[in-house]
Amino acid sequence: MSNSTQTTIEKVNATLERRYAKERRFRKMGIAAIAIGLLFVVLLFVSIISKGHSAFWQTHIKLDIEFSAELLDIGDRRDIETLSTANYAALTKASLKAIFPEVDQRKGRRMLYKMISIGAPYLLREMVINDPTLIGSHQTVWLPADDDIDMLVKEQTDRNLPESSRRLNDKVIGWVDQLMARGAVEKLFNTTFFTAGDSREPELAGIGGAITGSLYTLLVALLLAFPIGVATAIYLEEFAPTNRWTDMIEVNINNLAAVPSIVFGLLGLALFINLAGLPRSAPLVGGLVLTLMTLPTIIIASRAALKSVPPSIREAAMGIGASKMQTIFHHVLPLAMPGMLTGTIIGMAQALGETAPLLMIGMVAFVVDIPGGPLDPSTVLPVQIFLWADSPERAFLERTSAAIMVLLAFLIFMNLIAVLLRKRFEQQR
Amino acid sequence: MLAMNNLIEERQQPVSTEFTGTVGDISISNPRMTTRNVDVHYGDKHAIMDVSLDIGRHEVLSLIGPSGCGKSTFLRCLNRMNDTIDICRVTGQIKLDDQDIYDKNLDVVPLRAQVGMVFQKPNPFPKSIYDNIAYGPRIHGLAEDQTELDGIVEGSLHRAGLWDEVKDRLHQPGTGLSGGQQQRLCIARTIAVSPEVILMDEPCSALDPIATAKIEALIDELRQNFTIVIVTHSMQQAARVSQRTAYFHLGRLIEVGQTEDIFTNPQHKLTEDYITGRFG
Repeated sequence: MSNSTQTTIEKVNATLERRYAKERRFRKMGIAAIAIGLLFVVLLFVSIISKGHSAFWQTHIKLDIEFSAELLDIGDRRDIETLSTANYAALTKASLKAIFPEVDQRKGRRMLYKMISIGAPYLLREMVINDPTLIGSHQTVWLPADDDIDMLVKEQTDRNLPESSRRLNDKVIGWVDQLMARGAVEKLFNTTFFTAGDSREPELAGIGGAITGSLYTLLVALLLAFPIGVATAIYLEEFAPTNRWTDMIEVNINNLAAVPSIVFGLLGLALFINLAGLPRSAPLVGGLVLTLMTLPTIIIASRAALKSVPPSIREAAMGIGASKMQTIFHHVLPLAMPGMLTGTIIGMAQALGETAPLLMIGMVAFVVDIPGGPLDPSTVLPVQIFLWADSPERAFLERTSAAIMVLLAFLIFMNLIAVLLRKRFEQQR
Repeated sequence: MLAMNNLIEERQQPVSTEFTGTVGDISISNPRMTTRNVDVHYGDKHAIMDVSLDIGRHEVLSLIGPSGCGKSTFLRCLNRMNDTIDICRVTGQIKLDDQDIYDKNLDVVPLRAQVGMVFQKPNPFPKSIYDNIAYGPRIHGLAEDQTELDGIVEGSLHRAGLWDEVKDRLHQPGTGLSGGQQQRLCIARTIAVSPEVILMDEPCSALDPIATAKIEALIDELRQNFTIVIVTHSMQQAARVSQRTAYFHLGRLIEVGQTEDIFTNPQHKLTEDYITGRFG
């Protein structure tokens, strides 16, 4: 008897080393996998942040502006209509002329005036309309520089290239250096980037319109997808009999989750725009399409959440005479809700980053105005990124990366909420 | 090794384990519940075969038998908890005070308010102790106002012997109590809706001996007001708490009788084998 025990232990010992080696190998593979994953995430973030961070600052040029009624060509009139059609470009031109009096040729002047963004007169107009008493006074104003100047100041264009292959000639670079030496060039926080809509001029372009469009789209999608998804999940999980029909519905819902999103875009185009006659490029249609796309995700997550509620809770409620509805709404649903919300947030995060189906329903349009409602034409953040990535101007490159940073920030925020909800869910158990 | 051989030899001895109908008197005078010729199928599996049994007023009836003998299934027929299982089919007649509870027109909600249930594992709702007890009275509209509801909650906790332990933390979660306390909370929750019959499915199997003793004492007290049917694996428990005992074997009700008689003088060979520990 003792002999056989010994051999057992010997046998066990003989295999031990091999077993532990296997475990060590597996652990190392796991760590390697995580390291590779992390490496790519870090690369992604480093590349995007290093390219995009400069877009949050915009080069401004300090100008002494004389708000003269003569230059504005308005005489004594101060009504809104006169003020809004006055010649504000003349003010910046006069100011620049005063700084560089030596530039007297037409061609040189035109280059000089182009240093200031063509949006500058609109800023001056806004100032005057807000406060007409400015007329007749001298003011120091920081105005956004043109995107080529911006790139030069941010050292993203190479001064050492031959003049012919540069967008700025030596003369303009000389003027910029003069202005910098006088402290009249400054990088200021780029509020335009967050408030403005799209523009052909990079220094005037912003993601304000795209964020508003994304919010309206997500709102529509959330308001439709959450109640429909949860109601479907509850019915299928709690009330529906198990037969061929419900089996088929379940298989189809799982299939829908795997359908490429562009197909949903085509469906939306045919159904909502061509058939129902809803406006193109509208967040309402975008939201409807994204609802179709996120429904399977929400239904599957909600059913899993309902399934994970321990049957003992249902039995307890039924055992004291709660009806089926009461059992579900008083006991099962509160326990399943965090799981359902997690699924919904993940679905919404998916929808926030979705581009392809929105291209099909016309949300890829160049929209300057910030949408005022879900029926106004608009674009969304990922589509805005797609549009900017396509633009030739150097300054759109950093804005593309900056927009990606904002999109990622939103996604991380949404996923964080999902994680927190799950944590709370686990604590409740 | 020797003992093992003996056991095998004993098993091989011919025993009269044939079933020729339930031994003992299944019917009693003035019963609270009567069951006649009950059969239960789970799909193709015939879980309970032709069981007839009366359950008396203010008595504790214990159902004993080896695992898988159908005693829990039978218990769950008494308040139609088996309805939640799709493939379960119940035939025969079960009456609560002359009302057929498997009648097509019968509503299970009031039935379950009359026939309450306590489960094997304590299953308090993840709510406060107060809300656990108050839930039943609330959904059934048993209390006119808050004071009355408070009274029901306090009364139920008193009767479950839990009041002194929880009176200072009524609004803390019921899941924070110990296992034995949770089970008494579940009993309090059941009696809060004033049922007529309480079904208990191995209520002490997850508890330590001290908590078990408390629950057994509680069952004895509850007998004053309620009819109790208890499924148990512990024969000592059946002997301690019940007046009548029914022995199930492979879906059949083999023998029923006064607890004392069953344990001291079993009539059927199967009952005797089980009680003397020869199998099960």
